[in-house]
Amino acid sequence: MLMIPKLSFLPFKKFTNKSKVFRPSRREFLKLGSLATGGFMLGVNFQCSGPKGETLTFAPNAYLSINGDNQVTIIAHRSEMGTGIRTSLPMIVADELGADWKSVKIEQAVGDEATYGDQNTDGSYSIRMFFEPMRRAGATARHMLMEAAGKKWDVDPSGCDTRNGQVIHAASGQQVDFSDLLDLLQDMEIPDQETLKLRKLSDYKLIGKDVPIYDVKDIVHGKALFGADMDLPGQQIAVIQRSPAVGAKVVNYSEDKALEVPGVNQVVKISGNGAHPGLNKPLEGIAVIADNTWAAIKGRAALQVEWDLGENKDYQCAAQMEDMIRETLGDGKLRREKGDVKTALGSAGKVLEKTYRAPYYAHATIEPPAALAHYKEDGTIEIWAPTQHPQWARDSVAEALELDAANVRVNVTLLGGGFGRKSKPDYVVEAALLSRAIKKPVRVQWTREDDIHHDFYHSHSAQRIKAGLDAQGNLIAWNHHTVFPAIGGTSSADELHPSDGEMGLGCTDFPYDVANIRIESHEAKAHTRIGWLRSVSNIHHAFAISSMLDEIAELRGMDPVEHILSLLGEDRKLSFNEEMEGEYPNYGEDIAAYPWDTGRMKRVIERVSAEANWSKSIQEGKAMGFAAHKSFLTYVACIVEVSRDENGKITIPEVHYAVDCGIAVNTDRIRSQFEGGAQFASSLAMSSAINFENGQVKQNNFDSYQIIRMPQAPKQIYTHIIESQEKPTGVGEPPVPPYIPALCNALYKLNGKRIYELPVKEAFV
Amino acid sequence: MEKFTLAVNGETHEVTAPGDMPLLWVIRDLLSLKGTKFGCGQALCGACTVHLDGVAIRSCSLPISEVGEQKLTTIEGLSANGEHPLQKAWQEHVVPQCGYCQTGQIMNAAALLQNNPSPSEAEIENAMAGNLCRCGTYNRIKTAIQTASKS
Ligand code: FES
Ligand code: FES
Repeated sequence: MLMIPKLSFLPFKKFTNKSKVFRPSRREFLKLGSLATGGFMLGVNFQCSGPKGETLTFAPNAYLSINGDNQVTIIAHRSEMGTGIRTSLPMIVADELGADWKSVKIEQAVGDEATYGDQNTDGSYSIRMFFEPMRRAGATARHMLMEAAGKKWDVDPSGCDTRNGQVIHAASGQQVDFSDLLDLLQDMEIPDQETLKLRKLSDYKLIGKDVPIYDVKDIVHGKALFGADMDLPGQQIAVIQRSPAVGAKVVNYSEDKALEVPGVNQVVKISGNGAHPGLNKPLEGIAVIADNTWAAIKGRAALQVEWDLGENKDYQCAAQMEDMIRETLGDGKLRREKGDVKTALGSAGKVLEKTYRAPYYAHATIEPPAALAHYKEDGTIEIWAPTQHPQWARDSVAEALELDAANVRVNVTLLGGGFGRKSKPDYVVEAALLSRAIKKPVRVQWTREDDIHHDFYHSHSAQRIKAGLDAQGNLIAWNHHTVFPAIGGTSSADELHPSDGEMGLGCTDFPYDVANIRIESHEAKAHTRIGWLRSVSNIHHAFAISSMLDEIAELRGMDPVEHILSLLGEDRKLSFNEEMEGEYPNYGEDIAAYPWDTGRMKRVIERVSAEANWSKSIQEGKAMGFAAHKSFLTYVACIVEVSRDENGKITIPEVHYAVDCGIAVNTDRIRSQFEGGAQFASSLAMSSAINFENGQVKQNNFDSYQIIRMPQAPKQIYTHIIESQEKPTGVGEPPVPPYIPALCNALYKLNGKRIYELPVKEAFV
Repeated sequence: MEKFTLAVNGETHEVTAPGDMPLLWVIRDLLSLKGTKFGCGQALCGACTVHLDGVAIRSCSLPISEVGEQKLTTIEGLSANGEHPLQKAWQEHVVPQCGYCQTGQIMNAAALLQNNPSPSEAEIENAMAGNLCRCGTYNRIKTAIQTASKS
């Protein structure tokens, strides 16, 4: 039985798992690295394949090699789904190494944790986790190259430097291509990782700059290959009819009509795993296997399947929402406590109590899930998939096919969007099962309807917040009730409360200086597959908290920005731990190393307010809204401007973000993540929602599950990056949470109507 | 199954397909041109945009039997060396994030500029409203179209 990394992919689980499949902490990585054997540093690895040794390749670690043509090849071991990570991590290696970036070749790694370390591209932690290791990978090679050049020229290596693929010695004016040192490198030891010298930040030529993505040319020429673009000779295409409600079972089916469709060759059943099927198992389904996609689609439409809809057949999400709201009226499970909220609320001069609702959301990656699998006669299997988590895909395929993971090879293609959906390898397992069943390569293609109907959804949620003000108008009590079906419910009927991880996403890490705080969760059962969507429960938590704080500011007669600055109080470093029931996971990092720093948050708020000209009087028909939210260890403040024209039509002329993500690695990709984040969050705020009736999703395609289009998008999005020497943190998810309440607060100022429910469609019609 | 002769990117191709097969699947599965993408299959996202006689169409929603003699251009045939002003502007502004929607965006924008060489911001927004980008690159797409329209 293989070890399945059940918790390792969750960006918000308490990171206590020390198993091999778990991502290494920064410290573990360095320890492994310093051993210079196995693990990440493979030792100097020379391959002589040419007769005169001219193709000698220098590979001081798993991430980089230099060959006799002075070609530097860098491995991208994290998945590219649009964040630019396939560029930004290799560029760190190249910068430290002193490679000629324009000629660097980037190769995508297969899923292999022993060689590359963690490859779970999720939780905005690629840069956070790998900035330092990538620098070290480059520095190791650089150090050795300088040693070799020192020997060649008989000079002190520390007087050398590396630039543009050469070692240079400024004092003597000598220079040599990396490749001309390969002979000398053969006898050299890997330098001690503890004492390895890294470049100073000011010495970098790429880090901290706008660096274009590696694949941009291929993309605009139509040559970039995604999962759905992979072909093998003799392959078949599979389109699957899956359980209409999670847990539904096939009672009966007839394949006759499907087989009549020209091009359809076979029909294969895939067994499901019940009403709580887990995060890596396929749903029950009938696969139609054909020569091409159209035949498979038509064949599937011709299937006749009788389903037993199972235990979710009466599930109505609207009814569950009412139940959840009722739940929040009572006492819940205590998750954090400071002071005595009940007494404080009892004595408060004013109590404000508000309820917030948010719907289920689907990821709707523009590339629907797809995967190609080739099960071979020798019992091994090779996969090509747009997966965020190739290691989990590998282990999941191995488990489903009862193979040793060593016999499963997972190649990672480009991903046409991920947002958390493509962490789950269910579609990869489908392809693997089908390829073995028919003994041919099979590419599984999901249609958009499949994607909307069978996602791992962002949970719908209800929240009630009670806030108490004393006679002087000070905020003295904060009581937050949150309830939503938890991710854990996807795997187990007993998981009724959000985990500490989910609670720590913008709820229990409430950073404001309020004397009495009580945070509670309530029970809700999962009736579908719940997953994680870009910023996860920060989405609904930030919506409720920052909307409520805006309302409190108004009640207190304070400017919303001044209000938040004053609630943040003195510059302090928070750890929450003594107030938490359970643990505060802090996105998997030690709270001492990454504290909640109110000073850093105040600086981004001050910056955004200055850049957006917050205090300026704004013209009639326009309004600005503000919110600040830290997530994934990155500090973000956001101001959204809305405008109403003569016909009542609302647009978003300007968005300003300020972000402190520590050292900024690729500034262009930081900005692009914020631009994209604002647009992604606009869809969540304005247009998207999934509804369940009788256990089945009502929406089908982009007509009913709407995401914003160009005319609705914010017209200008400005991202102001705080200059920082702090450890770098990620930016994939942090733009999303504060945008939604900032937009809602702006709409309130414009329309005089507070927003308690997402999406706010009516405001935009 | 019928035989069809298609004029694709200046070349003639023979394919055998049922008459109702959408052009998208002909392009992707039968001609192995992978630059044209599948996003929705219902003319709702624009990922599959190609040109028929210079007009942008959603190839997922046009059966092959309707193509006839019209000349089909896909992203692979938009320009000889990938030197279309839009392809250059797209690189200059580093428009793509995941990149999946971008070929459809470029094909749609190319048809727009063909008809209207210097579109206003509102004209760009309206013309591009059928092309979804889930990653959120709308601002840069707009800027790139403006850059290309000036070149
Ligand atoms: S795939 Fe044709 S418009 Fe979406
Ligand atoms: S770039 Fe990813 S959908 Fe447009």
